[in-house]
Amino acid sequence: MTGFVGFALRRALGMVITLFAISVIVYVVFYVTPGNVAQITCGPRCSPAQVHQVAEQLHLDDPLYVRYWHFLQGLFAGQDYSTGTAVQHCSAPCLGLSYQSDQQVTQLILAKLPVSLSLVFGAMVVWLVLGVGTGVLSAWRRGRLSERLLTGITLAGVATPVFVIGLVLLIVVCGELELLPFPQYVALTDDPEQWAWNLLLPWLSLALIEAAAFARLTRASMLETLAEDHIRTFRAYGVGERSIIGRHALRGAFAPVIALNANNFGGAVGGAVLTETLFGLPGIGQELVHAVNVVDLPVVVGMVLVIGFFVVVANAVADVLYAVADRRVVLT
Amino acid sequence: MSEALLTAQTSGTDTVVPGASGARQFWRRLRAQRAALVAAAVVALLVLLALAAPLLTAIEGQDPTAYHPSLIDSARGGVPVGSLGGISGEHWLGVEPQTGRDLFARLVYGARVSLGVALAATVVQVTIGVVVGVAAALGSRWVDQLLSRITDIIVALPLMIMALALLAIVPSTFPRPVLVALVIGLIAWGNIAKIVRAQTLTLKGLDYVSASRLSGWGTWQVARRELLPGLAAPVITYSALLVPQNITVEAALSFLGVGVKPPTPSWGQMLTAADVWYQAAPQYLLLPAGALFVTVLALTVLGDGVRTALDPRAASRLRVGTGRKREARADAAEPKGGTS
Amino acid sequence: MSLVEVTDLTVEFGELRAVDGLSFALEQGAALALVGESGSGKSTVASALLGLHRGTGARVGGSVHVAGTDVRAASDEELRRLRGGKAAMVFQDPLSSLDPYYAIGDQIAEVYRVHTRASRRAARARAVEVLDRVGIPDAVRRSRSRPHEFSGGMRQRALIAMALACEPGLLIADEPTTALDVTVQAQILDLLHTLREETGMGLLLVTHDVGVAAESVDEVLVMRHGRAVEHGAVQEVLGAPSEAYTRELLGAVPRVDAARVAPQEVPVSEGGSGEPVLEATGLGRVFGRGKRAFNAVDDVSLTIHRGETLGIVGESGSGKTTLGRMLVGLLEPTAGEVRFDGRVRSGVDPAVQMVFQDPVSSLNPRRSVGESIADPLRARGEKDEGRVRGRVRELLERVGLEGAHYDRYPHEFSGGQRQRVGIARALAADPRVIVCDEPVSALDVTTQAQVVALLGELQRELGLALVFVAHDLAVVRQVSDRVVVMRRGRIVEEGPADAVYESPRDLYTKQLLAAVPALDPAEAARRRAARRELAVVV
Repeated sequence: MTGFVGFALRRALGMVITLFAISVIVYVVFYVTPGNVAQITCGPRCSPAQVHQVAEQLHLDDPLYVRYWHFLQGLFAGQDYSTGTAVQHCSAPCLGLSYQSDQQVTQLILAKLPVSLSLVFGAMVVWLVLGVGTGVLSAWRRGRLSERLLTGITLAGVATPVFVIGLVLLIVVCGELELLPFPQYVALTDDPEQWAWNLLLPWLSLALIEAAAFARLTRASMLETLAEDHIRTFRAYGVGERSIIGRHALRGAFAPVIALNANNFGGAVGGAVLTETLFGLPGIGQELVHAVNVVDLPVVVGMVLVIGFFVVVANAVADVLYAVADRRVVLT
Repeated sequence: MSEALLTAQTSGTDTVVPGASGARQFWRRLRAQRAALVAAAVVALLVLLALAAPLLTAIEGQDPTAYHPSLIDSARGGVPVGSLGGISGEHWLGVEPQTGRDLFARLVYGARVSLGVALAATVVQVTIGVVVGVAAALGSRWVDQLLSRITDIIVALPLMIMALALLAIVPSTFPRPVLVALVIGLIAWGNIAKIVRAQTLTLKGLDYVSASRLSGWGTWQVARRELLPGLAAPVITYSALLVPQNITVEAALSFLGVGVKPPTPSWGQMLTAADVWYQAAPQYLLLPAGALFVTVLALTVLGDGVRTALDPRAASRLRVGTGRKREARADAAEPKGGTS
Repeated sequence: MSLVEVTDLTVEFGELRAVDGLSFALEQGAALALVGESGSGKSTVASALLGLHRGTGARVGGSVHVAGTDVRAASDEELRRLRGGKAAMVFQDPLSSLDPYYAIGDQIAEVYRVHTRASRRAARARAVEVLDRVGIPDAVRRSRSRPHEFSGGMRQRALIAMALACEPGLLIADEPTTALDVTVQAQILDLLHTLREETGMGLLLVTHDVGVAAESVDEVLVMRHGRAVEHGAVQEVLGAPSEAYTRELLGAVPRVDAARVAPQEVPVSEGGSGEPVLEATGLGRVFGRGKRAFNAVDDVSLTIHRGETLGIVGESGSGKTTLGRMLVGLLEPTAGEVRFDGRVRSGVDPAVQMVFQDPVSSLNPRRSVGESIADPLRARGEKDEGRVRGRVRELLERVGLEGAHYDRYPHEFSGGQRQRVGIARALAADPRVIVCDEPVSALDVTTQAQVVALLGELQRELGLALVFVAHDLAVVRQVSDRVVVMRRGRIVEEGPADAVYESPRDLYTKQLLAAVPALDPAEAARRRAARRELAVVV
């Protein structure tokens, strides 16, 4: 067991290094862009004086590493910003101030985070249940008509981008059939029932394409396991098909499913941006698209870092879970 | 049969196990899959449409960017004049609401963008991935550590988010489709690098590579003769799966308004405003959505087919419904027939 | 009624007829071995006894009765009761035959519950009981381990325990010891013997190894191409075979108790006072670092002389393959040095070649065999295409293939032929030393004998020095002038082959030799007794 703890610690250290590297990459890429950063951030209609002011505010004359150091200081110790007349204190995890609204990026993100978390984690439950369920079913019914049907549906699911399925659901369910009102976000803490009903369509839109991927993977891993020698052993000992599928073949699909969930998490976060935009959910994704359109760099950098943080942590958690699920892996 | 010609003094039990390898077998296996063949035909048709876009629009007599205000009923908010969204002999698939641009022309030019960007992005991904993967596998311990670490970081970057942010800051003077392809290619090469590294390490451990070293060849000669050809199969397989993925990413970025910008047409971009018009001009929504669906589906099925043909072990897993009985018989005969 | 009655059994996979009109019977408590080379259909017969072909697309004809069940006519439910309940099967590879994700005890309990409807707790207790019965120490604790935490021999014991769980009347063992080292093989065979004496169950043993059959059964059925060649009591079939094929098979089996037959044409002085070609001094190799560091080879020194064959023998994990790879320079030693022709050498040298174990992975499937063989010629700078092809043809013919095979690809050749191609490729470099790493262990015995004979011929003709690395003591004796016995990375005994085999000094060598199955059943019984003695000593 000490080996396992050591492995988890090493993995956590790797996670910190990756996060640091991502922060450097993101910072360098976004603040060393071709062209005049001050001009871009200020916008096309700025006067030269305004541009100069922005350049000063951003300490653009300092070398890059000094600026990055300030950024890190803000992140760990907080920082004071002078916004015209008043001085604003931005406390510990400080990601800077928005150029557009002078709001603290951290506050902005914290306000939007519950929406995005509700969306992504709710959808994750949907895609895991739906995907793994479909996969098990098609492995169980292999060779029959129902399996071919499921395979066809799954394939169609893989080929339907999030925004296409979202559009279709929105038009058909809310527009034509009027089964549900157009979604509007209600906080979980306010009214759990309304929260779920309003998120139902966004969850489905985000989850269906992922569910299809999981169904394919689950089916594939189960069929692979079914071809292995130890399945032959249990068949030769009179163990029934139900136990062979539900106990032995399904167990073999655990580790690949965890690995895929980690691998696709980043993609699903991207899908969440689309879903939020499409359904008008006030989450991080919608805010990011807005910030990108108005070139609000501190907000963009802050959001990318926060999303990167979640993806990296998800990857690390998945790695540890994977090691638990597949006890044969060599822990290094 | 070929084994009848082999005359070495072997006893009856030391027989040739049938099972070919190489390009001919790949084609044979691919041709055995009906679904993959249909998908290949669809992909070929799409590529043809995209290549022939200028010709086709010339026959139609339309241009993807020309506005036709006369075909728009501005009193009713900009819906196309005429039934079925303005379908006529001149505008085969109708016109766009509000602008009156020809839908057919925009659709076929959109195919150019979708396929072109996705292919270019795939080429960038595969090039970087192969170079980094091979270098990591063949380089010193230190090189491997460094490259693997970088690959891990790249894999952890969320593609859509990074692309979204990067596309925002590059000056708009840069040709947009090229930029989108570059951004996708530069962010999402991590997985292929990992696959190539793993495969190269596996190949490196094979006896025939050792034998080649013993022959007196240098490292580069061994890599060129024995290793690189062995990478073709996994690289082709993975590329075939990357293309539809890249098409989806491009469409999503354009849908969000940061990918390919107007007036260049793109399927994702066409969908941005389509939901408002679905009652007056349903084809404005259905055509790009359908085109995306068919393209991604065909490429995915083709990708599965290629994988099945290159990796028979995967055949049983991702079989897409055809040739099942034949394969099942072969599967049943293979493991038990020869062994004892 | 007999325990097993098979009448006119045929099994067909598509076009291929794997079993063709086979009939035999096995009485209560008796033991029968199906012996044959690969492709003889012997495993197919074993599967047919449990109806394992049902639903696979194979066509089964004839009648099969096992423990009162008509296997072909039985309902799925009856078949389930037969499998594991009345007749249990033990498979070849114990690692892949157990579910890697569940504890061994749970897997045995699951099988027990299928047949007895016992409670979970009772099933678990039964699992511990049978694990203890097959000699797994500390069975209560070990029953909670997963298969990868067991050694190969322990896994096979666990699989046998699973077979015993429901006290079946028949045990079918399909190559039960093929994946195991020779000393472990002997333990497993002894275990099967004891269990049979105590429980009185019948045994159907499927094996390619005539020695294993001689150790374990009363009756032998020799199979070839799906048909019975010879069937009778073990003493008669193995002692006085009446069929030509049986004689050929027995003739090809290398014997550990027979001195090397091939006469020496190149005089080589015994004891190695001839001209040394390759010398290793204090050779060592460590894998891994820190706590996980592992000494694969530790302080090995040896000398190989011109024209002699040095046999290196050892069980898995003894470091023999690592040593072989260091001798040819494919692996850098972490300690010591290798001298070739008196000079310290690092890296590879075409004059020291290797023949590999796996005939599949040793040839690039994408290149014609001619191109592979031509590699050393081209690497040496030979540009003239005609000369290259000419030399390759010559080599192909020298190893018993045809010159016209130049443009064929590896998949068009059988295992034995591929091994010949590998030898031709090694010869193309005009080597002075060839290290053969398990060159025949993937081949059937008759093919094995041919390849070994070829190597001997080439050595005499070209005055090569051969290093023959193998786990099979009998094969090594057949080819070697001198023998080195390895264990855990070290040399435990070294000397002229006859001396080492006739009067081993080291205890481990003695154990190894005592574990080799004998072809004569009476001799086998004597060795079993000898093994018990040695086990007591250790």
